[in-house]
Amino acid sequence: MSAVIDTHDTEHAHHGPAKGIRRWLFATNHKDIGTMYLVFSFTMFLLGGSMAMVIRSELFQPGLQIVEPEFFNQMTTMHGLIMVFGAVMPAFVGLANWMIPLMIGAPDMALPRMNNWSFWILPAAFALLVSTLFMDGGAPNFGWTFYAPLSTTYGPPSTTFFIFAIHMMGISSIMGGINVIATILNLRAPGMTLMKMPLFVWTWLITAFLLIAVMPVLAGVVTMMLMDIHFGTSFFNAGGGGDPVLFQHVFWFFGHPEVYIMILPAFGAVSEIIPAFSRKPLFGYASMVYAVGAIALLSFVVWAHHMFTVGMPVAGQLFFMYCTMLIAVPTGVKVFNWVATMFRGSLTFEAPMLFAVAFIILFTIGGFSGLMLAIAPADFQYHDTYFVVAHFHYVLVPGAIFGIFASAYFWLPKWTGHMYDETLAKTHFWMSFIGMNMAFFPMHFLGLAGMPRRIPDYALQFADFNMISSIGAFLFGATQLLFLYIVVKCVRGGEKAPAKPWDGARGLEWTVPSPAPFHTFATPPEVK
Amino acid sequence: MRMTALRVGTLLAGLPVCQSVFADWTVNMTPGVTSVSRDIYGLHMTIFWVCVVIGIVVFGVMFWSIFAHRRSKGYKPANFHEHTWVEILWTIIPFLILVVMAIPATATLLRMYDTKEADIDVKITGYQWKWHYDFLNEKFGYFSNLATPQEEIHNLANKNEHYLLQVDEPLVLPVGKKIRFLVTSSDVIHSWWVPALGVKKDAIPGYINETWAKIDEPGIYRGQCTELCGTNHGFMPIVVKAVPEDEYQGWVQDQVAQAEKLRELTSKDWTKDELIARGEKAYNTTCAACHQPDGSGAPPTFPALKGSPVATGPMEKHLHTVVFGVQGTAMQAFGKQLSEVDLAAIITYERNAWGNNTGDMVTPKQVLDFKQSQQ
Ligand code: HEM
Ligand SMILES: [Cu+2]
Repeated sequence: MSAVIDTHDTEHAHHGPAKGIRRWLFATNHKDIGTMYLVFSFTMFLLGGSMAMVIRSELFQPGLQIVEPEFFNQMTTMHGLIMVFGAVMPAFVGLANWMIPLMIGAPDMALPRMNNWSFWILPAAFALLVSTLFMDGGAPNFGWTFYAPLSTTYGPPSTTFFIFAIHMMGISSIMGGINVIATILNLRAPGMTLMKMPLFVWTWLITAFLLIAVMPVLAGVVTMMLMDIHFGTSFFNAGGGGDPVLFQHVFWFFGHPEVYIMILPAFGAVSEIIPAFSRKPLFGYASMVYAVGAIALLSFVVWAHHMFTVGMPVAGQLFFMYCTMLIAVPTGVKVFNWVATMFRGSLTFEAPMLFAVAFIILFTIGGFSGLMLAIAPADFQYHDTYFVVAHFHYVLVPGAIFGIFASAYFWLPKWTGHMYDETLAKTHFWMSFIGMNMAFFPMHFLGLAGMPRRIPDYALQFADFNMISSIGAFLFGATQLLFLYIVVKCVRGGEKAPAKPWDGARGLEWTVPSPAPFHTFATPPEVK
Repeated sequence: MRMTALRVGTLLAGLPVCQSVFADWTVNMTPGVTSVSRDIYGLHMTIFWVCVVIGIVVFGVMFWSIFAHRRSKGYKPANFHEHTWVEILWTIIPFLILVVMAIPATATLLRMYDTKEADIDVKITGYQWKWHYDFLNEKFGYFSNLATPQEEIHNLANKNEHYLLQVDEPLVLPVGKKIRFLVTSSDVIHSWWVPALGVKKDAIPGYINETWAKIDEPGIYRGQCTELCGTNHGFMPIVVKAVPEDEYQGWVQDQVAQAEKLRELTSKDWTKDELIARGEKAYNTTCAACHQPDGSGAPPTFPALKGSPVATGPMEKHLHTVVFGVQGTAMQAFGKQLSEVDLAAIITYERNAWGNNTGDMVTPKQVLDFKQSQQ
């Protein structure tokens, strides 16, 4: 292991970044690649967000006002795909690139050239995906879950482009996953045993295994679609002896672990941030690690809870119900541990902590609705209504997205060497908090009252809550421009950040200066 | 607006009217009108209160810390970071709660799956974008289409009370009988959901899913398709009209008689004007959603019929297009969905409306012959 580090040291340690565009195009430095991932992710967040604004504008009132149903469906589909694959996942890969080497005392990621590839595939993939909006017949319009045969026999011509875009995203994710695993398993500083790793590193290690396990399944299912569309097979075409339900099984075998791919790194980040601002060690480190492991394993045997209404045999129904309920136990353990970490700490509420505390509260609310959805008989009433929309936005927006914001504020001083503007950041937090709850809480009521999801127009009794929800969504959307401003301002200047700007923070990343130099840990630190 | 003012007023009036406020805003699941829907409602409320109690405990501790254990209040941090017993307890207690929840959930699920010994069988078929109901025992069936006028959807007219939740022909069912639904689809996946019946079942091509309901009270129960099924997914509502047994029997007899009448209509001698008049109506319910009331379509997905080569060209091709649809496009095969009378009327209408003055007509009898010749 040390041999690897030595060669790296002599080759690279003494020159800085290349000049101009070459620095980014040929980047192999984990910090540069991390930055590119984060910038890309935020761009996609704004793009996917503007599609959400279109959706919420159309739903502001009953009746069709702004867009036609066909385009509405393209918007919901593209919004979902862009947010999942373009915003949330790349943001976490960006954080992983920046922070994992710093946290484990490694000089860089283990496979820097592959790292470059896995990033640069993404802009190409999304250019391909977004270009479908301008094609004849329009963009994919079958939902981010692209159920066959709506997406095969009945799909628009652009479906083929969508399939290739998904393939590219998958390849990028798999390469990213391999890189994370190789880095964590091989490049830890001497003395950094597995059970001493920061939780962010642990959650990413497990996430990377999930990625490698399920992205090929996604690739498989879109390839089967491709065959059905162009090569005369009938995997999902009942008319040819195929099975539309098979599609859903394969998709959700990918899809459920995927939702944990989007949340586990946030669990990790929050587990760094809560102790730092509670000035108290994380409660139950070991049980946190085991809980993440348990969640990851269980996530492979709950997929059909998305399919309670497809008419599975009752035995299957029961199996998936029990397993899904079971997954709430380790999830609960994590929440209890975070609260116990705060309990009798010495708390302060800087922006990262605000986002992290909101994460715990609101993610738990999403967990509660998840538990309700897990009760199969009740899911017959909830399924495919706005109740589900409320559920997954509660786990994804204040879960994944707030986790990312918390991380960004927590580590911005390390990345830029400047403190961000705390007042603006708190404003960003409160406006996001209010906007997001206003947008998504009423959706619980809408769903329970009977509003199906993915509809461009609705019955009159849903009007009030939809209007409230749209106003909340506009507030949330507009607030994110403030975040852009805060980050740009922080990159440009501001109060100089010390190596360790948070007095309660622990970990190797705080032992290097701020901003972190281009090359760090050329000689591995000693961990006691 | 008036409703909103009313609601705010009621809210201000305070707790005593709380119930009615909730009823009006419908913030909760309906208990429904079947034993299954009431069981589901019970499960829903139980798990909801379980979550509320857990939430109060967890957030209670958290808010206490946020309030009391602040550095700004000079609170010094403790240094504990594990406690085996507490950790075991908060793993086991939630587990036990879940086991207790799983028992009634399992019982309800088993009941929902028990479709044996039904009194009536209704086959439900999803189409883009309407439902078809087949009464298997009495051998008649019909389509149920959205009845909300396009003007209301496009904000050219005031929206009525049942906006988007109204159909031309509701599904009529008797109360107090066990009805088995056999749910399937002719194109993409749909899902048949009526909240008050506690029934939601996916309609999947190639599958026949079974579910059932025994309705306790007469009434009108509304629902919608809940699986994204294409452009007009939001526009294929479901209306169930539950009536007392004798009223139901009367309705069934009417339907059987009507089916008989339709057979007579097919053999009747039609004039062109009669066909055009009937065709205009049928066109507007069945075809206008895509091809537009004025025949202008929405190219390229939905071609215009006004002046189109099919609607003004050879009759054979026109018949074939309407009866068998066009593979790989949104144009469905209407041959099975519409009666011969309506097919003949629509085709005659299309060949003579909007300046397509071909002067042609086709009779129901000729449509029937065409269908048979193609088999
Ligand atoms: C306590 C843990 C959780 C449980 C028991 C749970 C349960 C469920 C169930 C049963 C559904 C299917 C609902 C339906 O379609 O009828 C669902 C949907 C969903 N959940 Fe969760 N969930 C949990 C946590 C999460 C987390 C952590 C995430 C992601 C960060 C997540 C993301 C989603 C998404 C995206 C969907 C909807 C997918 C779609 O249909 O588009 N859930 N959840
Ligand atoms: Cu899931």
